[in-house]
Amino acid sequence: MDLFEYQARDLFAKHDVPVLAGEVIDTPEAAREITERLGGKSVVKAQVKVGGRGKAGGVKLAATPDEAVARATDILGMDIKGHTVHKVMIAETAPEIVEEYYVSFLLDRANRTFLSIASVEGGMEIEEVAATRPEAVAKTPIDAIEGVTEEKAREIVEAAKFPAEVADQVVNVLVKLWDTFIKEDALLVEVNPLAKVASGDVIALDGKVSLDDNAEFRHPDFEELHDKAAANPLEAAAKEKGLNYVKLDGEVGIIGNGAGLVMSTLDVVAYAGEAHGNVKPANFLDIGGGASAQVMANGLEIILGDPDVRSVFVNVFGGITACDEVANGIVQALKLLEDRGEKVEKPLVVRLDGNNAELGRKILTDANHPLVQRVDTMDGAADKAAELAHAAK
Amino acid sequence: MAIWLNKDSKVIVQGMTGATGMKHTKLMLGDGTNVVGGVNPRKAGQTVDFDGTEVPVFGTVKEAIEQTGANVSVIFVPEKFTKDAVVEAIDAEIPLAVVITEGIAVHDTAAFWAYAGAKGNKTRIIGPNCPGIITPGQSNVGIIPGDITKPGRIGLVSKSGTLTYQMMYELRDIGFSTAVGIGGDPIIGTTHIDALAAFQDDPETDLIVMIGEIGGDAEERAAAFIKDNVTKPVVGYVAGFTAPEGKTMGHAGAIVSGSSGTAQAKKEALEAAGVKVGKTPTETAKLAREILNG
Repeated sequence: MDLFEYQARDLFAKHDVPVLAGEVIDTPEAAREITERLGGKSVVKAQVKVGGRGKAGGVKLAATPDEAVARATDILGMDIKGHTVHKVMIAETAPEIVEEYYVSFLLDRANRTFLSIASVEGGMEIEEVAATRPEAVAKTPIDAIEGVTEEKAREIVEAAKFPAEVADQVVNVLVKLWDTFIKEDALLVEVNPLAKVASGDVIALDGKVSLDDNAEFRHPDFEELHDKAAANPLEAAAKEKGLNYVKLDGEVGIIGNGAGLVMSTLDVVAYAGEAHGNVKPANFLDIGGGASAQVMANGLEIILGDPDVRSVFVNVFGGITACDEVANGIVQALKLLEDRGEKVEKPLVVRLDGNNAELGRKILTDANHPLVQRVDTMDGAADKAAELAHAAK
Repeated sequence: MAIWLNKDSKVIVQGMTGATGMKHTKLMLGDGTNVVGGVNPRKAGQTVDFDGTEVPVFGTVKEAIEQTGANVSVIFVPEKFTKDAVVEAIDAEIPLAVVITEGIAVHDTAAFWAYAGAKGNKTRIIGPNCPGIITPGQSNVGIIPGDITKPGRIGLVSKSGTLTYQMMYELRDIGFSTAVGIGGDPIIGTTHIDALAAFQDDPETDLIVMIGEIGGDAEERAAAFIKDNVTKPVVGYVAGFTAPEGKTMGHAGAIVSGSSGTAQAKKEALEAAGVKVGKTPTETAKLAREILNG
């Protein structure tokens, strides 16, 4: 889960990383009182999870409380690279910036540990610095057990060649930032820029944080950080039912069991679609290994509720849960939906393979549901589903 | 011979007395796996009856090893307690720990992985969030269905559970030496490379099927390894060509970030290393069949 800047700022503040004052609002008028409290001037910053908002006009200085309201009015509702601005942060104006640095901690998948990235050339995208001036970027592996001690922080500061006069302050920021990383179960904490201001102080002016959704069990507060406004309504409905669903932009609804098989199903449908008017998968939906009638019904309900869907491909491999159980699940699911008053009008292509495949197929044949077609190979079923979606377009 | 697991493997189950542990212990026993004990400190000293097979419950992994000579542990404990369970297995120096539990916080995995390293890597860790490992006809550790394939000469390593089953089933007439599901989390213990190296050295494996998916660069690194170290034929499959950037596709590690971790890049890297990559699982199975049938 990627956080907004204001959420990152709040987490930094919680763990004593030096930040400027700032509050988030979603109505322009609220900017006045906050700006007054900040001494009469402020910076109005669009809260969007995309880079380049400054260039897009999403960050403006306000010299008076009235001006803050005016700027907030301009920015709220603005579109920045396809992201609508629903919130702005009213922040303390930064003192004069003397230098801009970059520091982050992140997950290093390849080495199965954590990594620190630091540079005295902050303020722009670190990927850009790494591409043009790799010698200006210091990467330091962090042992997951030892973590970032003061000693480790000094090693990072030396590797990135921070100026001596800010070394102690940057060491402090690194230790506090590591605290944030560990205690909040983050996948990324990034400060860019970490600024040295005229007074000589070092302050985190902007930051990014990404948290591990799998760690939610020990962070009940993660729930409040979810951006419910941005979630697709179908994704929100699926999440409520505990389903693993991602909305895509095609026409063939997909249900399968197992993340890898479903990803593969999307690909196979997209290939098949090339011969059928370029129809594409409408979603990712993994109903998991068990595939009970209840879960199948919930999944079908979400898919059939998607107005973009023209046909549905149910692709199940029977493993521990044998195909006869899965087939019964599908038949019961359709009945459940009809009992709930849902109109099932879109054609379903079902492919069952694996344990007890013959039995499962027979159950589907015997049920003889007018909308259900059986195709026994994955590639063949994908082709049929794509063909039906194209025909219904 | 197979890799890492055979008929002589003595298996204990951490979390055996939970619902998932009970269900799969029963299935593993049914597949002929030599399950010699369970671990649960609150039920130590009890035995659990699985259709006539009495399996004792021990208080600790260490005790279970001392009493039974166990050399494999399979872990079904809930995600909150998984890190401690793996650390216990590492402390007891069990040679193989298979972590089935999904939804583990990545900081926990990073911590137990670092711990295994600090303790000298005496324990091979498979997973987490994986279906386990099966040497058909000999032993099955985890949740892979035991009856969809037969013993044979293909080695399989995969990030995905159901794609593993799909491939085992498609090639059931040829059969498998060992199939390993390594899991789709951002940090995993055993990698594609570990399995490729072991299959290369296994005289009972003639061909290797490798299944990857979007996210990270494990497949690219595996491709480099194959180029330099693997002389047996390798057939590959990569899932997630149509996955959008920035969205997690089911597995915590299955995410395209910017331009990195794409299926296309993985496919190209594998092909450059001489691996035949199928467009669909079925086509991949066909490629394997063609190579083995000459």
